[in-house]
Amino acid sequence: MSESDDLKQNDGAAKTITRRNFILGVIAGGAVVSAASYRFLAHSRRPLPGAGERLITLYVNGKPRRVDVMKQETLAWTLRYKLGLTGTKLGCDRAECGSCTVLIDDTPYYSCSVLTHTVRGRNVTTIEGLAAADGKLHPVQQAVVDSQGFQCAFCMPGFVMSAVAFLKSHPNPTRAEMAYGVSGNLCRCQDYSKILDSMMRAAEYMRRA
Amino acid sequence: MDMAAVELTKAESLKPIPFGTGYKLIGKDYPTNDLVAKVTGKAKYAEDFRGEGMLFCRLVLSPMPHARVKRINTEKALAMPGVKGILTPADVPGLADYINDNGTRIKADKWGELALAAEPMYQGEPILAVAAVDELTCAEAIEKIDIEMEPLPFNTDPLDSLRPGSANARMDGNIWVQAKPPRGQAELTVLKWTDEDFAAEKEGKLPMGHAPDEWSYGDVDAGFRNAALVLDETFSTEDVSHQCLEPRTAMAHWQNGKLFLYTGTQSTFQTVSAIARWMHMNEEDVVFISEYTGGGFGSKITGALTLVIPALLSKKLNAPVMMRISREEEHFIGRARPGIRARTKVGFDKDGRITALDMFLVSDAGSYGSNGDGGACGQITSLLYQPPAMRWRNVTVVTNTPPRSAQSAPGGMQAIAIIEPILSKAARKLGVDQVALRRVNCPEGKAEYGPPSHGGKRPYATSCFLKQALDEGAKQFNWSERAARQPKQVGTRVRGVGVALSTYHGGTIGFDGLIIITPQGRVQIQSGAGNLGTEALIDVHRAAAEVLDVPWEACDIVWGDTSKHFPYTCASGGSQTIHALTRAGHAVALECVRRLKEVAAKSLGGQPADYEVANLRVSQKGGGVGMSFAEAAQHAIKLGGIYDGHDVNPQVNKATKKAVAALAGQGLVASAKDNYPHDGDSFSYVACFAEVEADLETGKYQITDYLAYADVGTVIHPAALGGQVLGRSTLGMAHAIGQKWVIDPHYGVTVAERFYQNRPPTILDVPVDMKWNALNIPDPETPVGARGIGEPPVGGGCAAITNALADALGDNIFQRVPVNADTILTSYEAGRPMQNPLLAHI
Repeated sequence: MSESDDLKQNDGAAKTITRRNFILGVIAGGAVVSAASYRFLAHSRRPLPGAGERLITLYVNGKPRRVDVMKQETLAWTLRYKLGLTGTKLGCDRAECGSCTVLIDDTPYYSCSVLTHTVRGRNVTTIEGLAAADGKLHPVQQAVVDSQGFQCAFCMPGFVMSAVAFLKSHPNPTRAEMAYGVSGNLCRCQDYSKILDSMMRAAEYMRRA
Repeated sequence: MDMAAVELTKAESLKPIPFGTGYKLIGKDYPTNDLVAKVTGKAKYAEDFRGEGMLFCRLVLSPMPHARVKRINTEKALAMPGVKGILTPADVPGLADYINDNGTRIKADKWGELALAAEPMYQGEPILAVAAVDELTCAEAIEKIDIEMEPLPFNTDPLDSLRPGSANARMDGNIWVQAKPPRGQAELTVLKWTDEDFAAEKEGKLPMGHAPDEWSYGDVDAGFRNAALVLDETFSTEDVSHQCLEPRTAMAHWQNGKLFLYTGTQSTFQTVSAIARWMHMNEEDVVFISEYTGGGFGSKITGALTLVIPALLSKKLNAPVMMRISREEEHFIGRARPGIRARTKVGFDKDGRITALDMFLVSDAGSYGSNGDGGACGQITSLLYQPPAMRWRNVTVVTNTPPRSAQSAPGGMQAIAIIEPILSKAARKLGVDQVALRRVNCPEGKAEYGPPSHGGKRPYATSCFLKQALDEGAKQFNWSERAARQPKQVGTRVRGVGVALSTYHGGTIGFDGLIIITPQGRVQIQSGAGNLGTEALIDVHRAAAEVLDVPWEACDIVWGDTSKHFPYTCASGGSQTIHALTRAGHAVALECVRRLKEVAAKSLGGQPADYEVANLRVSQKGGGVGMSFAEAAQHAIKLGGIYDGHDVNPQVNKATKKAVAALAGQGLVASAKDNYPHDGDSFSYVACFAEVEADLETGKYQITDYLAYADVGTVIHPAALGGQVLGRSTLGMAHAIGQKWVIDPHYGVTVAERFYQNRPPTILDVPVDMKWNALNIPDPETPVGARGIGEPPVGGGCAAITNALADALGDNIFQRVPVNADTILTSYEAGRPMQNPLLAHI
């Protein structure tokens, strides 16, 4: 199948990625989920799992990136291990903690649960893509710095990406609304109060910007 | 104790002090040096490092709670393309004796845990590791490994393990007997209680058979005889995983015979000796890199034992090896707080003052090693509620469940969760206000605690101003008005308020500081602490900068890589760092000032005492000659000897001496040991207040408000402190509102191993506007007056919630935490606690 065929086929599904679509995508992509299939595939079809990789183009942080991906490869894996964008963190790898949140066309997604081949041609923004080229921080980032937000910060990139998306559509949230806006992200240092302080400051900075 | 200290500890005389009073840097907010890297994604955690030709490895975990690995056949797996090697238990070095920091030989623990087990003691214990070109190949190879295991007897419930005829978790025993002084290691032995001992169980009370650990002080019997009210309560706390967001992933590579290891830790400095010990290597051959750590909470004090797996595989295969730990694996190997079952009898006089306290504990040690939680539970109870007479008994039971370790406020959290509901009940029965009852029992000044030590004297705190924190907190929370507010119930919704005292250890002493004034005029501070997000790693050096009277912008903090050479440093665990390292920082800054003056006097004439240090210059007092820090550093290099590190301050630890030798000649190199006096043991204190609203129709409840008022001595960095006060409070709340384990006792297997099953709190579980405050009254026993805060709020965070729930719903709802919606629904209707208080992991 050519790359353009894949694009067409995935176009609809990719715009509304749900858990169900994700699972369907895995199955369609030929991913191996059971021990039996591992054995079956290992010898008959490919000597090395990497041999199933294909070259595709992604748009990440405003730049086209050519990258070899496996059909079952998640976006988080591609970003971290193929493109060197390790700011996106893996805390659970199963859509529970939100550490891997990135923006796909301005909508936040758990990149651990998005198949890379489904986001071809779409704009992916990671934590590394927020600051301006001259290093000037995004208002949400600046607000975190000014509020000493977060502790260990392993969850921070995910929270920040969620907040960037939420504040775009909700520029004037109450504290409770802001909490809902980032409630798909887990902080194990439980620094929720200071995180909310940062995000409310971020809302103010974004309104001013 | 000198008179000044007596004056300072007159609890009632001191008022809160505005943060930063009298200081240029201390007590002021500032962006920590690591923050921009964190928020731009540049900060590198263990999984973010890469090596040329890096392999991956994956673990094989035991499917059984206790078994013996009889045979492993790896032939087919090793024949697969892409599979590079397999590590078995036979490849892992055994535990060896070692010499600790103080030169004492510590005997190898014959029951100790290894990275891979030939006799796994819990479901989920690693037994094999496979390295391959990628993780998918690892997974395929694992399917081809043939492992034969022999199931062994197991027990996952500590109380069941004490039952006559029950299975022991280990072949040679089921309980740990704590070492008697002089300190040795806990010994494993067998203990079974009798059927008569278990009779109390039928009444819903914790049975009390023989307990090997015991102490007491005062006349306990007389205390109960003279009491106006005696309560005898059974209460259990849950085993709760640390669930650090960053799993204990590790990467290793070797170069020229040296091991380079990358993983999260709570102490960059102290992890080197742990790695060397586990690997049977010299410390000189270990380079440890840990720039950022995604949470520790006590579970990564010196990294994690499993780090030897990539280290050994990398050595064997001559390639870098990345071992990513999955969320499920983290559940099993990631450590947890031991649950404690308690039976506590407390006598009160008519004003609510405790007359006697008798505490009996059954602590769950999990599968490896004893723990100090039961012991700390007794000590913290004694300090926080000041019973004039107290007896403590404890039995620490081995179970085939994941290993436990210290978790924020180990033992202290459980103590407070256990005792506070009893105080609340007593206050209601005696008609005494909840705050008033806590006030009459509150520690103060150099409060004594625990039994007399060998010298016959009871140990005591350095200082305690918890009464002021309680008073100030009650004012800020508007306690009197809220407690009296009526009606409590509107429709099906009922409101309650709770208050709880909280404390834990807040600091250690005796570590070293190391500063270099560079020829460029920078103040370079070497920091061996772990960077796990408390910001203590950086905050402590505000004390050094303050003493040196330099702007913060002139300071560079060097951390996270032992090839950069660090002084003897504490682990960032047990709330030590702020106390221990502001002391060391203060000491080394004074040493730096002294050497700067000497360099100036030697170079420009006059006596060192003629000079002063300010604004990055050392100059003659009254405006004479002087030189910049840059010039002083250049002169120091010319002078050599003690000035540039070719000689070293003889007082410092041998590790600091090595670091100084390695850095010699790079500028003015100053090192110093914290030799400051320290009368008493350092604790920090928090008064916690909460309001909850419960729905009687659904059992669901919400924490609607929370305030924590802290006594932590001098506040160093308000924003970081606030984050800790509320963050650790929330860790405590998690224990009250839902975080737990679930284990099937029949098969001994875990059925809750992910976030959505163990349920750590989300941002929607906590009040939207939590508040904190601190007295900022300096501790008289430490030069900067600052103590730690990581542990102290945890117990109060839990108990303020349970106390508020009891205020809303009455005393007959729960006998254990967490309190879930079903707990409330069933118990409220029945009018008595409906959940079994003693069953483990339900």
